[in-house]
Amino acid sequence: MMMKTVDLAEQSLRALNQSLHDGEMLSDIREWRVTNTDGAHNIACGLNDDISVDIDGHAGYYCAGMNQRASVTVHGNVGVGVAENMMSGTVRVTGDASQSAGATAHGGLLVIEGNAAARCGISMKGVDIVVKGNTGPMSAFMGQAGRLVVCGDAGDALGDSIYEARLYVKGRVGTLGADCIEKPMRAEHQEELAALLEQAGIDEDPADFRRYGSARELYHFKVDNASAY
Amino acid sequence: MTDYSSNPTLRESATYGRDVIHEIQRAAETGIYDIRGWGAKRKVPHFDDLLFLGASMSRYPLEGYREKCDTRVTLGTRHAKKPLVIETPVTIAGMSFGALSAQAKEALGRGASEVGTSTTTGDGGMTAEERGESTKLVYQYLPSRYGMNPDDLRKADAIEVVLGQGAKPGGGGMLLGQKISDRVAQMRTLPKGIDQRSACRHPDWTGPDDLAIKIAELREITDWQVPIYIKVGATRTYYDVKLAVKAGADVVVLDGMQGGTAATQEVFIEHVGIPTMAAIPQAAQALQEMGVHREVQLIVSGGIRNGADVAKAIALGADAVAIGTAALIALGDNHPRYDEEYRQLGSAAGFYDDFQEGKCPAGISTQDPELSQRLDPVAAGKRLANYLRVLTLEAQTLARACGKSHLHHLEPEDLVALNVEAAAMARVPLAGTDWVPGQRF
Repeated sequence: MMMKTVDLAEQSLRALNQSLHDGEMLSDIREWRVTNTDGAHNIACGLNDDISVDIDGHAGYYCAGMNQRASVTVHGNVGVGVAENMMSGTVRVTGDASQSAGATAHGGLLVIEGNAAARCGISMKGVDIVVKGNTGPMSAFMGQAGRLVVCGDAGDALGDSIYEARLYVKGRVGTLGADCIEKPMRAEHQEELAALLEQAGIDEDPADFRRYGSARELYHFKVDNASAY
Repeated sequence: MTDYSSNPTLRESATYGRDVIHEIQRAAETGIYDIRGWGAKRKVPHFDDLLFLGASMSRYPLEGYREKCDTRVTLGTRHAKKPLVIETPVTIAGMSFGALSAQAKEALGRGASEVGTSTTTGDGGMTAEERGESTKLVYQYLPSRYGMNPDDLRKADAIEVVLGQGAKPGGGGMLLGQKISDRVAQMRTLPKGIDQRSACRHPDWTGPDDLAIKIAELREITDWQVPIYIKVGATRTYYDVKLAVKAGADVVVLDGMQGGTAATQEVFIEHVGIPTMAAIPQAAQALQEMGVHREVQLIVSGGIRNGADVAKAIALGADAVAIGTAALIALGDNHPRYDEEYRQLGSAAGFYDDFQEGKCPAGISTQDPELSQRLDPVAAGKRLANYLRVLTLEAQTLARACGKSHLHHLEPEDLVALNVEAAAMARVPLAGTDWVPGQRF
C-alpha cells in the first residue's frame, strides 16, 4: 500500500482535492498525509473512498466536508463546519473545533478530542459526534437523528427544537433549549453509549452520563406553544 | 350567497373590506395566523405597467418568420468548467418534492427537457424521477439541508445556494404534517406526519465572507465542474447582488415578492419583499457597477406569466427568468375541471392556494397517492412544454418588433411605463415623456 505526502506549501489545495477524488490514483495510494496546512479551508472535502488522510496542522473551514467512507484525522484545530454533512467514514480532530462541527451530517463518526464551539451538531441527521471536552451553546439545534456525546459540559440551549437526535452529557448542561428534556438513562442507552465511547477511543464510564432528547411537544404547531418559539 | 353589490344603501369600508373583516373574525376564532401557498395576491406595480417601443422610422424591425431571434443562454461562464446552456431563457424554479407530488416533479422535468431548459429541485432533496426526466437539473442547497448528499450534488448540472425566496425573504419554510408521507419523511430524516420547519439561516455560515468559503467548498467537492447560483428574495437587492458576486456566484437568482411558495404565513407573503419589476434594475445596476453584467448571469422570478413578462425582465437586465406558479398552472393546477372539488375544499378553480393541506385535486401539491395518480406526468409535461414554447415565441415576437436578433439585445431603452410608479421602479420613462422619476440629473 502506497502512501503519499502533499505539502500545501508546494502544491495547491485544488490539486490536493482533485487527487483525493481521483479514483485511479486512489487505487494505488490509500494513505495520505497533508502538511503545511496553514489553516487552509476546504481541505479533504468531498472524499468518497476508503482511504485515510492525516492532516498535520490546523485546518480552516469545512475540513472533510461531506465526507464519505474516508478516515480523516486532523492533528490540530479546525475551523467552522468540520465534517459538515458527512455521510459516512470517520473524522477525528485532536484539538478544538470551531462552530457547527458536524452540521447536518447524515452518518459516520466525528470525534473531537478537545472542545467544540457553538452549534456543534446543528441539524444533525444521523451522525455520531463524540466530544471529549465541552460544547458551546445551541449544540444539536434542530437535531434530527444521530447521537451527540459530550464528555465535558454543554453550553446553553442544548438541543433547542430537537427532533429525534439523542444527547448524552457527562458534565453540566447550561440550559436546555425549547422542547429538549432530560430522559431516563436505561440499559440500552448505557450499552449504546459504551459502544460509542469505545468506537471513539475515549475512556469514560457511561454510568456518569445523563441523556437528553425531545419532548416532542413542538412536532405540531399549536398556538399554545407560541411562547416556546 | 347574497349579492350585496347592487344595493346602494350598503357601503363597504375601504379600510375594513369583507376580506379584512373575515380575517379578523378568523383570527379571533382560531388564535393562529393564516397559512397558505401561492405568492402575493395584492396588486403591485408589475410588468403590465410597461410597454415596448416597437420599431418604426428610428428603429428597424426583424421579419417575424424569416429572421432569427436567438434565445439560447449560457449560464455559469464565470467559473464553471461546464456552464449550463439552455435553449430558451425560461427555466423552472425550485419546488420541492414534498410540497409537490413525485408526478408533478417528473412532469416539470419532462416539460423543461422537451424545450431544452432546466428545472430545479427544492427543499427535501433530489428524486430519481426528477433527475431521470430532467436533462438539465439545478440542485438547491438550502438551510435545512434536507436530503442533501454529495452523490446528488455531483449529479447536478448546477448548484443553487438558496438564501431566500421572494414569497418570504428572511423566513424559513414549513411543510405541514399532512404532507409528510413515508417517502418524504425518509428523504428528510424526520418522523412521518410531523410539521417540518425549514431553517431560515444556513447552519454553517453566517455572512458573505463565510459564504465565499462555502461556495469554494462546493466547487472543490464538484471539482469546479458546474455553475453555482445564489438565490435571494428581492429586498435590498442592490447590496445583496453585490455581495453575491463578491462571494463568488456564477449566477444570481432574484425572486420578487410575487414569487410563490408551498406554505407560509399570509402576512409574510403579502408584506415582505419588493415587486419583481422594482428589483431587476437594482440588480442590473449592481452587476454593471462591478463590471460583470452578462458575465454573472441574472435569473429573475416572481410573477412571470407570458412572453411579454419574459421580454420585459430581460430588457431590464435579466439573462433568464424562472417560473413556478405559472408552471404549476400549466401542469393543471387550478383547472376548471376540478372546480367542484375545489369548492368542497372551500375554494374554487382559479383561487385555490391551500397547497399546505395536501388535498390538491389536480394531484400536484399533494402526497396523497390517490390524488397524485390523477396527474399524468407525460401529458402534464407536454402541456408545460407547450406553454414554455409559447412564452419563448411571444418573447421573440416582441424582440423582433424591437429589431433584436437575440433576446439579450433588449434593453431598458426599449421600454416605457404607463404610470409614475412603474417608471420609478423600472427606471424607464413615463410613456410619452422623457421623465424617469427619481433619476438624478
